[in-house]
Amino acid sequence: MTPVIELRGLTREFPGTPPVVALHPTDLVVERGDYLSIVGPSGSGKSTLLNLLGLLDRPTGGEYLLDGEPSLGISETRRTQLRAGRIGFVFQAFHLLPHRTVLENVVLATIYAGIDRAERVPRAVAALERVHLGHRLSFRPPTLSGGERQRVAVARAVATSPRLLLADEPTGNLDSVTSGEVLDLFDELHADGLTLAVITHDEHVAARAHRQVRISDGVLEVVR
Amino acid sequence: MSSLSARDLLVEASHGIGSRPGRLVLTILGTVLGIAAVVVTLGMAQTGAGQIAKQFDAVAATQAVAQPATTQTMGGDTRARTTLPWNSPDRVLRLNGIEAAALLADVDVAGARISAVPVVDPTAPQLAAPAVVAASSGLLDAVRGTLSTGRLFDAGHDARGDRVVVLGAGAAERLGVNRVDSQPSIFIGERAYTVIGILGDTARRRDLLDAVILPLGTARADFGLAAPGELQMRIDVGAGSLVSEQVPIALSPNTPENVEVSAPPTGGELARNVRGDINVVFLALGAVALIVGGLGIANVTLLSVMERVGEIGLRRALGATRAQVAAQFIVESVVVGLLGGLIGSALGVFVVVGVSAWQDWTPIVDLPLAFGSALLGGVIGLLAGAYPAIKAASLEPVTALRGGL
Repeated sequence: MTPVIELRGLTREFPGTPPVVALHPTDLVVERGDYLSIVGPSGSGKSTLLNLLGLLDRPTGGEYLLDGEPSLGISETRRTQLRAGRIGFVFQAFHLLPHRTVLENVVLATIYAGIDRAERVPRAVAALERVHLGHRLSFRPPTLSGGERQRVAVARAVATSPRLLLADEPTGNLDSVTSGEVLDLFDELHADGLTLAVITHDEHVAARAHRQVRISDGVLEVVR
Repeated sequence: MSSLSARDLLVEASHGIGSRPGRLVLTILGTVLGIAAVVVTLGMAQTGAGQIAKQFDAVAATQAVAQPATTQTMGGDTRARTTLPWNSPDRVLRLNGIEAAALLADVDVAGARISAVPVVDPTAPQLAAPAVVAASSGLLDAVRGTLSTGRLFDAGHDARGDRVVVLGAGAAERLGVNRVDSQPSIFIGERAYTVIGILGDTARRRDLLDAVILPLGTARADFGLAAPGELQMRIDVGAGSLVSEQVPIALSPNTPENVEVSAPPTGGELARNVRGDINVVFLALGAVALIVGGLGIANVTLLSVMERVGEIGLRRALGATRAQVAAQFIVESVVVGLLGGLIGSALGVFVVVGVSAWQDWTPIVDLPLAFGSALLGGVIGLLAGAYPAIKAASLEPVTALRGGL
């Protein structure tokens, strides 16, 4: 079975004098169904790695196979398509559109993923029910609690049936109770077979993952 | 396939517009004012021109002139092909549509001196002599003239060849005549003529105001006037084509082609010309107003891009292409522009109608102008939105996401 993520010597340098190496050549394989946590102090290169994994940024060297498909040297349009179809994002700051309902926020992802119009709403509703927010469809994000907002973001990320869920400090803005809700949800999604990569500096969050890697000063080491 | 249908695009754009009503009002305001200014300036220009043209028309549409046609002789001189009969006014007054008519002729006085004093003063400076014009008794009606004092000669003066004259206001001033109750005389050459009236104003042949006018009969007797020069006619509104057809036959039944009639054209040619002149000025004003409105849209759209950096980043992360992000912002800007254009256009029309009602004018606003300026709002939105949209699209998703939401 092809791994979801396969990094071969992936490098990211930022130009300057001298150039800043944000990510030293890194090899990493994430198999389908893995639940990986990436930990490290701030400024260690976590976000750089996440942006590279999410095709939001281009590496300066190495190779990145996403779901067995090379993601480098391809057109911007194709990258965008890969991002829309294969990856779901969950951000620390939720990034929900405040003026749109919960349902509309989730439908938004299905629009850009090119899902048939007739399928969009049913899939969005299904995704929201999966995160136990079926009763909040017509609410607007500002009226929800932090945990609920993050669950909406998760629903948006999974509504397009991605191969990989990338979460960047998903509990960074949440208290311990609501963090628990979100982490329980991740466990459920993982149990359903979704591949997760969670970036965090919180050891509790990292402990929930089955695999853990640590990054410091741009160097990745496998913890377990 | 990550494609965004036009419908999705419109839905996303309309949400972008509708989510901040206060902002929308402010954005639209610039366009509304700009477009309204254009419609008002152009509309008022048209209305004003229509008003002016109406007044011009009132005179122009009711005046006609008949003259003998001319022909070029071998020697290169122009020669009249026929002469108008002396009883031309009587002939044409029988026709429908002609309200007044008078013959006019320039009189050649063979260099005779025209003065108010009989004594020839060799030391006095030589003044240019006023023109001498002979006219039939219906002159006042035909050229819409008014006398400032005295009276006009009548058919009796004409028939007897009485030595009476009417002075144009300008000629009277030059000759030092300002009242007629003392029966002043002027001299043309050696002969004395009694001044019986002073012509105050005319609507046509304004050169008469600087002329000495005498009866046709007098001119024939004293100066050997051979033929009248032209027939001035006041006609009914809309009688122009009838007059130009019938007058030549009435004046010269055998050779009607030898009589030329210049009757008013029926179209609003004049109105159109006047309107064109005024439009240039007001268009410039409107253009300035539009540029201001466009800059307003550009400004607010740019601001909105800055504000929605996080949203742009999110959309990019969700798989929106640069083109889709740009398209969304352009559509938003165009819709805002169109909205502003529609409101501004409507507002402008209301103002034109309101001012016209106030001034008792006939409001004139071209339909293409009203609809065109609404569309123009959309075009302004397109132009103004292009730069912010490109800026939004060029944002890197990573940078944009850091911008927060």
